[in-house]
Amino acid sequence: MNNTTIDNKNERRITLKVYRENRGQDSGSHHDTFEVPYKKWTTVLDALLYVKSYMDPSVAIRYSCRMASCGSCGMKINGVPKLACYTKISELETSTVECEPLPNFPIIRDLVTDFSRFFNHHKSMQPYIQTNDSTEADNSKGTFSFYQSPEDVDKYLQFSYCIKCGLCYSACPTVGTDLNFPGPQALAQQYRYFADTRDESKKRLDIVDDRHGIWRCHFAGSCSKVCPKGVDPALGIQLLRSYMLGISKNDKIPAKKIEINDDNNNNGKI
Amino acid sequence: MKEIERPTRNNLEGIGGWLNPSRYGWERISYWFQRLTGVFLLVYFIGHVYETSTIVNGQNAWESFLELTQTLWGHLFLIMVIGASTFHSANGIRLIFTHAGIGLGTPGRPDYPYNPASLNYRQKSGIWIALILAAAAMFYGFNVLFGV
Ligand code: HEM
Ligand code: SF4
Ligand code: FES
Repeated sequence: MNNTTIDNKNERRITLKVYRENRGQDSGSHHDTFEVPYKKWTTVLDALLYVKSYMDPSVAIRYSCRMASCGSCGMKINGVPKLACYTKISELETSTVECEPLPNFPIIRDLVTDFSRFFNHHKSMQPYIQTNDSTEADNSKGTFSFYQSPEDVDKYLQFSYCIKCGLCYSACPTVGTDLNFPGPQALAQQYRYFADTRDESKKRLDIVDDRHGIWRCHFAGSCSKVCPKGVDPALGIQLLRSYMLGISKNDKIPAKKIEINDDNNNNGKI
Repeated sequence: MKEIERPTRNNLEGIGGWLNPSRYGWERISYWFQRLTGVFLLVYFIGHVYETSTIVNGQNAWESFLELTQTLWGHLFLIMVIGASTFHSANGIRLIFTHAGIGLGTPGRPDYPYNPASLNYRQKSGIWIALILAAAAMFYGFNVLFGV
């Protein structure tokens, strides 16, 4: 029973320093500080929600899943882009925790930033599978599935784990000075579709072959350092560039399409 | 609803992001130092071309310019050039390979704590070796220039 009772005497407190700005009102920016109790497992998001519940409900934050899946709670925590829900106060080991909006994203209010530019770069990569024939989209011809071996899947799987949180975009030094650079997230997604055996687009390398494109990556590696999902965008970018430089040869064999025939009930097996 | 006015460059990290290498580990330090030494070498290179071109004004002009490098500050500057060019070349060769996707590992199935393959110890060792080589070259240069 003892270890389930809450021990208030040992309650620790942290100073939370929160960036405040409302661009809609054009009233400038300042920091507010809050003393917040925390436990070993308290995340920065928990602490901010405590502030909203008991101290100042006007602090603007964006979050949803609280479990590093939705990618909406990214912010600069003690100077480094992190997910607030994935960062424990006890692990930061500082007496003050500073929360600021993600760098390289325009501020809307307090810790909420505008992701339009980031999402537009993502969209410009054509982040969907493109095939030359339309059989698998044509319902009258039956349902098809693609055959991919585990090795085929491994080539792109880790890049498909991207949750579009923007931490990498925020850490990248090139993004910080070049608005037209697609950024690590978008470039890694280009590689994700390029490496997928279901994708037959011939345009993928051309899209990133631009003065402000992939050549602006200097492999500072900061994107991979901050990525909370192990996507390793820097790896994807360098692998894509190796195809552009002709070091790697594109010998991708398009995935076989298999008809799913319900009558025989073979469930897509060959 | 009133549309929120957003200057597109709002909250961009800018050159300040380049100049602060302290937050993202060794690879960011490598990026910063490659750029710093690159710009420094460019300045040196321009100065060097100017220096050697003084020969067209005769031997006296050439020799009076050369004397600049025989001063204390001239020696220190040359030691910096030695260090910068050693680091820039050694790390530059590493970067040529990484930019071609060589030595970074292969994609796999990420697992907690999600250590990225591309920031592996081969790459970090490459950066450390470039720094050690630069220090050794500067030490050697120091001995040649200031040694008895
Ligand atoms: C052995 C000789 C050299 C090698 C192997 C080398 C290699 C490289 C490489 C690979 C980069 C690109 C790094 C990146 O993409 O971020 C670079 C950048 C640069 N280099 Fe060199 N370099 C050499 C000599 C020089 C010299 C002599 C100068 C100056 C006259 C110079 C000036 C620069 C500058 C200004 C940059 C830009 C820094 C940047 O992109 O961040 N390099 N060098
Ligand atoms: S690559 Fe990683 S850091 Fe970048 S947006 Fe995707 S999940 Fe976030
Ligand atoms: S709240 Fe969804 S990632 Fe943090």
